[in-house]
Amino acid sequence: MAGPAAPAVRSPLLGYALFAAAIAVVWGIEAYAIPWTDPYFTGIVIRIGMSLLAVMGLALVLGFTGQFSLGHAGFMAVGAYGTAMVVIHTGIHPMVGVFLGGLAAAFAGLLVGLPTLRLTGDYLAVVTLGFNGIILVFIQNTPFLGGAAGLTGLPVVTNFGWTFTWVLLGALFIRNLLNSSHGRVFAAVRDNEIALRSLGVDTTRAKVIAFVVGAFWAGVAGGLLSLYRASIFPSQFQFERSIDILAMVVLGGTGSLSGPLIAAAALTALPELLRPIADYRMIIYSLLLIVTMIVRPQGLLGGKELIDLFRRRPAAPKASGGKAA
Amino acid sequence: MILFLQQLINGLSLGAIYALIALGYTMVYGTLQLINFAHGEVYMMGAFAALYLAKWLGVDQNPSVPGVIVVAVGAMAFCAVLGMTIERVAYRPLRKMSRLNMLITAIGVSLLLQNIGLLAFGALQSFPSLLPEAKWELTAGLVLRSQDVQIFTTTVALMLALHHIVERTQIGRAMRAVSHSRDTAALMGIPVDRVVSFTFAIGSVLAGAAALLIALDKHKIEPTMGSAYGLKAFVAAVLGGIGSIPGAVAGGLLLGLAETMVSGYIASTWRDAIAFILLIGILLYKPSGLFGKHTVEKV
Repeated sequence: MAGPAAPAVRSPLLGYALFAAAIAVVWGIEAYAIPWTDPYFTGIVIRIGMSLLAVMGLALVLGFTGQFSLGHAGFMAVGAYGTAMVVIHTGIHPMVGVFLGGLAAAFAGLLVGLPTLRLTGDYLAVVTLGFNGIILVFIQNTPFLGGAAGLTGLPVVTNFGWTFTWVLLGALFIRNLLNSSHGRVFAAVRDNEIALRSLGVDTTRAKVIAFVVGAFWAGVAGGLLSLYRASIFPSQFQFERSIDILAMVVLGGTGSLSGPLIAAAALTALPELLRPIADYRMIIYSLLLIVTMIVRPQGLLGGKELIDLFRRRPAAPKASGGKAA
Repeated sequence: MILFLQQLINGLSLGAIYALIALGYTMVYGTLQLINFAHGEVYMMGAFAALYLAKWLGVDQNPSVPGVIVVAVGAMAFCAVLGMTIERVAYRPLRKMSRLNMLITAIGVSLLLQNIGLLAFGALQSFPSLLPEAKWELTAGLVLRSQDVQIFTTTVALMLALHHIVERTQIGRAMRAVSHSRDTAALMGIPVDRVVSFTFAIGSVLAGAAALLIALDKHKIEPTMGSAYGLKAFVAAVLGGIGSIPGAVAGGLLLGLAETMVSGYIASTWRDAIAFILLIGILLYKPSGLFGKHTVEKV
């Protein structure tokens, strides 16, 4: 599998200018286009934004580092309830609350990841699945967190502008991480962990870093969700939600960032378009998963980025492509 | 003391069910190194197969022991065919690819079957009493139900049969060889595909038996029962050491006892957490599980 795309050599300033321009465009849309847009449509777009954040975290953990996490919704729950607690009990700006919620999720990721990522194999899948279960039982049994009835009376702050500001920040952060030496180590862990260990690289540390970063962005997605409809419920973070996020990453393609993001947008919007045949939605969805794995196991853009499709062949990345002849 | 003994009976009864399902997970993992997420759904389908078979044959109207045996054999056969079909259609084409792909396909099959169940069977359905039920008060407050006896005896009988098949027959020896090393087994002329298929059949038969036992005990079945019991049974398999047959039995009983003790002595709302707390605990101290062998990765 090819590694992350090598960046074209260019001034970092240009990149940051582009990023600033993108932020400006997001807030321009928020100020001038959103007031005239159907709220139903805006709602779908905001939900797509949250899926994007959750998915980019898992794309890093699963797609680039090859660690199978089945409890991403658990980290979303930590972020959501962390944000809610901060926002309710302090007068701090809600977006700082979202950041702190993300940190809480990252800390949870550290607690889960440290003991588990020492092991190879499917243990992480089992433990993260268990973590997802425990965190929900814990929330349901804690009156302080609203119990099974959920937490209500939260401020409504999440809008298009904030959601996509976070999405852009997340995409920039993860892209830069993947293009750093860390990113090379992540890809090597996925492709051959034993070889990497024999070179003296601390693979556990690399896996924990990827896992904690992935948990952080899931936590941010959860935090935004908690400030979106004024209430959160444990049932929003069940195992099925983890599977949704997993499906987006896998269908989009492991080892790709843009592929899963496209899949996240499509699979979040799809249920809305499929309303008339809502009963069959999950059946279509699961068949899609099975057929994709059999027919196109690498997913939509496995190991590639969207931009690679538009590049001319000679300019194709070769920096870390394992099989480059 | 009475409370403890009562929870012991309840726990062993629940644990026996977990053990029967866990065996299917552990045997498939032993041969393919695959967490077969669809196994819980095979169990669920077994319960509904038993229900419709009982209605079709009229066993629910006039229950009889031969009738129940026919229903049991029918449900178990249905599960065997379903398990083998899943393996043939969804897993075999992917056997050469990375394990991640097969794992995701397994999740897909699980979702597919569960949603077919929701569409076809609706939500909760009640399951008729097919056998006479009785309660015996052993001492004051300590109750043994006939369903518990059914579960114990059936489970022990099935375990003995399984032990015989795995340890004493030709196909059992082939199963052990394949789980030891699939490539070597193939070189020795063992028909690996047929053995894998047989492993799925055996695991699914046990799941079908567990489904009928639980349906006769609780009298209600629903399309989501597969994910609830399946997940716990899988945890039981990991507790005992995934890939190990005695481990699955020990893990199932341990988990069943732990759950009933927690709901008896702490609070029933924390019952669902204990499985995962045990799981994380065992992975911290003995990742290979109670009976698992520690394996070193070789290049």
